[in-house]
Amino acid sequence: MEVHRTGLPGIGLRHEFVTERGRRVGVVSHRTGRREVVIYDRQDPDTAAVTLTLSAEEADGMAELLASARVVERIGELHRQVEGLVTEQIPIVAGSPYPGRALGDTRARTRTGASIVAVVRGNEVVASPRPDFVFQAGDVVVVVGTADGTAAVAELLARG
Amino acid sequence: MHGSLLLVEFGAVLLGLGLLGALAIKFRISPIPLYLLAGLAFGQGGLLPLGATEEFIATGAEIGVILLLFSLGLEYTAPELVGTLRTSAVGGLLDLVLNAAPGVILAVLLGWGPVAALVLGGVTYVTSSGIAAKVLSDLDWIGNRETPVVLSLLVMEDLAMALYLPILTAVLAGTGLLGGSLALAIAAGTVTIVLFIAVRYGRFVEAFVDSPSQEVLLLKILGLTVLVAGIAQSLQVSAAVGAFLVGIALSGPLAHTARNLLSPLRDLFAAVFFVFFGLSTNPADLPPVAALAVLLAVAGIATKYATGWWAARRAGIGRAGRARAGAAMIPRGEFNIVIAGLAVAAGAHASLGPLAAAYVLILAILAPLAARTVEPLMHRARDRDRRRDGPTAAPAPSQPHSHHITA
Repeated sequence: MEVHRTGLPGIGLRHEFVTERGRRVGVVSHRTGRREVVIYDRQDPDTAAVTLTLSAEEADGMAELLASARVVERIGELHRQVEGLVTEQIPIVAGSPYPGRALGDTRARTRTGASIVAVVRGNEVVASPRPDFVFQAGDVVVVVGTADGTAAVAELLARG
Repeated sequence: MHGSLLLVEFGAVLLGLGLLGALAIKFRISPIPLYLLAGLAFGQGGLLPLGATEEFIATGAEIGVILLLFSLGLEYTAPELVGTLRTSAVGGLLDLVLNAAPGVILAVLLGWGPVAALVLGGVTYVTSSGIAAKVLSDLDWIGNRETPVVLSLLVMEDLAMALYLPILTAVLAGTGLLGGSLALAIAAGTVTIVLFIAVRYGRFVEAFVDSPSQEVLLLKILGLTVLVAGIAQSLQVSAAVGAFLVGIALSGPLAHTARNLLSPLRDLFAAVFFVFFGLSTNPADLPPVAALAVLLAVAGIATKYATGWWAARRAGIGRAGRARAGAAMIPRGEFNIVIAGLAVAAGAHASLGPLAAAYVLILAILAPLAARTVEPLMHRARDRDRRRDGPTAAPAPSQPHSHHITA
């Protein structure tokens, strides 16, 4: 994906690229923190067909939505690429000993060989959580490993 | 103390301006022409001549010009200016020649002399970057691909102003050709030095001004700006240019803060400035120059449209974008009045002030309307072409359509 950058004197910057399907998309970054997502006309690549104006906060939120959905997809891809590798999404249910405890305490990788690659909390995704990440009830833990390994992690998270 | 009369008059003027501003928002036009009309109504020979506040408004007007130019300088960072100089010099030069021509030619034809030609050339040349920027954002044109072309032209014009204003002040002061070239040399030198300082040592200037307290920051920035403007004035470089350069020297987050702090003050004093210009114009002088103003306005629309069209074409923009670029360049406003105001203050040709006022009145109102109509017109032309050429006119999609979603 090739991104072109253009300076807008007095306003900020504009980045634009063309999607695989041939649509031209631009992002105007105002110095004030305001962002505009511009989708150009199909027939006339100079003209904005749709302009979506976002505040700094909305822009952050939208970026997160786009990026976090990708994390789960990437894990799916990984799982397809590597034969014999399974991805499991394991919820931390009531009765599990782990809410309030750190990820390091599970020693999941040492004990099962599977890795915890992400934790989904509400509509947020924490990719590659560190050992000091603290679980909460309701978290969904994304585990990658062999079928046996991921089953062992599910067991471990449920019973400790 | 002037006492109660000054307060009553000044308060009434400000309140009147506020009501006019509300009217401008309602009709979606720039308030500048309405402020000018208000000044005409309050001035000599107007409906309600003011007495006590003339002097006070004159001082306010000077501060207004300084703040206008200062906030213009804040808009740009020094690297942007230098970069634009490198890339858009040709377009900027064409803009200057093409758009100063109507004013210069008219002044020469009327036999008003070289000084008036210099003034009127400036009045027809410069686009109001304030109104133009507002047009771009009101019509959602910021993301369009011709917009950088328009913005670069505006930057070039503002740089040209930084060189033009000192020459103008020198010529108006009657220092003749030698004095004019000396002023130009001083101005060019000053601009270069300030740009250099801003690019290299901008952070020291910022460190000096910066303060966590809004109040202290406001006083420091305003003080520095007015002080430098005053020094520039005494060096014959014009207060406006001094203020512009202070604005350029500040950049980054500090410029952003300064803009937010000063914008209410700027709005207040700029409005006072437009009123002051109206005050110093006698409405009785307008009808005789009306025909000339219309002629200049028609020429001014044509030359700016051609400039925008040409610059956009050179950047590889299609026809609709060229038309938009042309329309966005048309507005005239604050700086055209600043130029005319300098000439009036120096006692140049008597018709210059009324002519500039009428010219700006016409173009500040017409330009946003022209911009609004250009796009529907272009769409109609495009649809007509498509109907004529059949469906082949649309470019073929670069990819075959795939109906399954690819991950």
